Amino acid sequence: MSYIKCENLMLGYEGVPVAQNINFEVYAGDYLCIVGENGAGKSTLVKALLGLTPLMSGTILYGDGVGTHEIGYLPQQTFVQKDFPASVWEIVLSGTLPKCGWRPFFGKAQKKLAEQNMRRMDIWSLKKHCYRNLSGGQQQRVLLARALCASSKLLLLDEPVTGLDPKVTAQFYELIRELNKDKLTVVMVSHDIRAAVQYANRILHVEKDQSFIGTTKEYMKSNFWRELGEYQI
Amino acid sequence: MSTIQFYLSYPFVRYALIVGTLIALCSSLLGVTLVLKRFSYIGDGLSHVAFGALAIATVLDMTSTSLVVMPVTVIAAILILHTGQNPRSHGDAAIAMLSVGSLAVGYLILDLFSTSANIAGDVCSTLFGSTSILTLTRAEVVLCVIMSVVVVLIYILLYNRIFAVTFDENFARATGIRAGAYNMLIAVVTAVMIVLAMNLVGSLLISALVIFPALSAMRVIQNFKGVVAYAAILSVSCALAGIVLSILFSTPVGATIVAANIVVFFVNCAVGRLLIRFTS
Repeated sequence: MSYIKCENLMLGYEGVPVAQNINFEVYAGDYLCIVGENGAGKSTLVKALLGLTPLMSGTILYGDGVGTHEIGYLPQQTFVQKDFPASVWEIVLSGTLPKCGWRPFFGKAQKKLAEQNMRRMDIWSLKKHCYRNLSGGQQQRVLLARALCASSKLLLLDEPVTGLDPKVTAQFYELIRELNKDKLTVVMVSHDIRAAVQYANRILHVEKDQSFIGTTKEYMKSNFWRELGEYQI
Repeated sequence: MSTIQFYLSYPFVRYALIVGTLIALCSSLLGVTLVLKRFSYIGDGLSHVAFGALAIATVLDMTSTSLVVMPVTVIAAILILHTGQNPRSHGDAAIAMLSVGSLAVGYLILDLFSTSANIAGDVCSTLFGSTSILTLTRAEVVLCVIMSVVVVLIYILLYNRIFAVTFDENFARATGIRAGAYNMLIAVVTAVMIVLAMNLVGSLLISALVIFPALSAMRVIQNFKGVVAYAAILSVSCALAGIVLSILFSTPVGATIVAANIVVFFVNCAVGRLLIRFTS
């Protein structure tokens, strides 16, 4: 049984399909990178996996202990967040909200979970710092800690290294690799094709009519990879 | 001091202080969320719609104008929220059209059908508040107290969810929080508050009560809970100071409160700069 199973997905906006025939599964322990051109439907696919946007057709099945709303999501930064007055603690703690059920306030268990994940991300010392004053790399660690609070099994990262400098980018990839070694399943949407083939064990390449899914080795022998090679590698 | 004590012996002054404090409190709580979610335009648009609705209610000679104004403003809030969030429509232009249209039609209706001898005075009073807060009836005060308690309770009980939806709507929705419902709730509560606040500062100046305390607090405080608490304190102090000053110097209540907010805003800007200089 897989965490997520997608069958014959067709994605699009307002009746216009962007991508179709998407079939793939995410298994426990995977490090799956989703690549593809701009406008190929990567972001739409992420939103569909999170249940934020309706499917035009096809099905998404969740299993093996992962529910629709039990995905640790690391979204792209929004402009609202750039000058948002919130402490690191407040943001990470908000990731435990789904575990509160109907109770209006956070309990001891939620605070414990937030502390554990902050220590894991090495941001416990930043607890009282304001999010807007942190560096890009620190901000990503805060959002990662929040995502870990929401799910201990599956992380979904949407172009996480956008805007980070090369050194911080490399550190971020190492961090994700360590989390993956710790039995956390990782699904990452990425523009960075070199890093994708370097770190991921499987690749999903989304294109308008046909998508590729397979191991990284298979991907590097496929036509999708060869076509890319002509341009950038 | 003795002058203030003398005025406090009048019930209408006490009513004004109670209502002023409560409205300032509620508007600052909502204001933080509205400003951070870039929803300030909802407050501004709604205040004009409320003016139009009030004009119609006045012409119809209704004894309780809230019965017309409240539902109309709430419906407008829902409409504005939907048009503002739709990137395809010209949301901002549609909202500007709705608000400025209500203003014009409201004045037109008042001018054509009003039986009052002093239309200009009526309009000025509705737009800028002038003295209406000093003529509150007991029933209006009770209504305002009940509504304020409801708003504050909702805010406290849903505080953590409101924070999550304000900071990152997509993440909140991904974890199963119904962000759309919370946006709707925020818009509806804002509408209710604006109708109540019309008595205090008039419809044109309400946005100031929503925006200023939040922006002032954001200059100085670096966490969300602190910003909410500090905005509430600033807003209530400005309202109390404004009401007292307006009684002592017979200035218009609404404008005095807004002026107090402006002064506080610049003081907080300066303090914020000093804090940055000292900490870095």
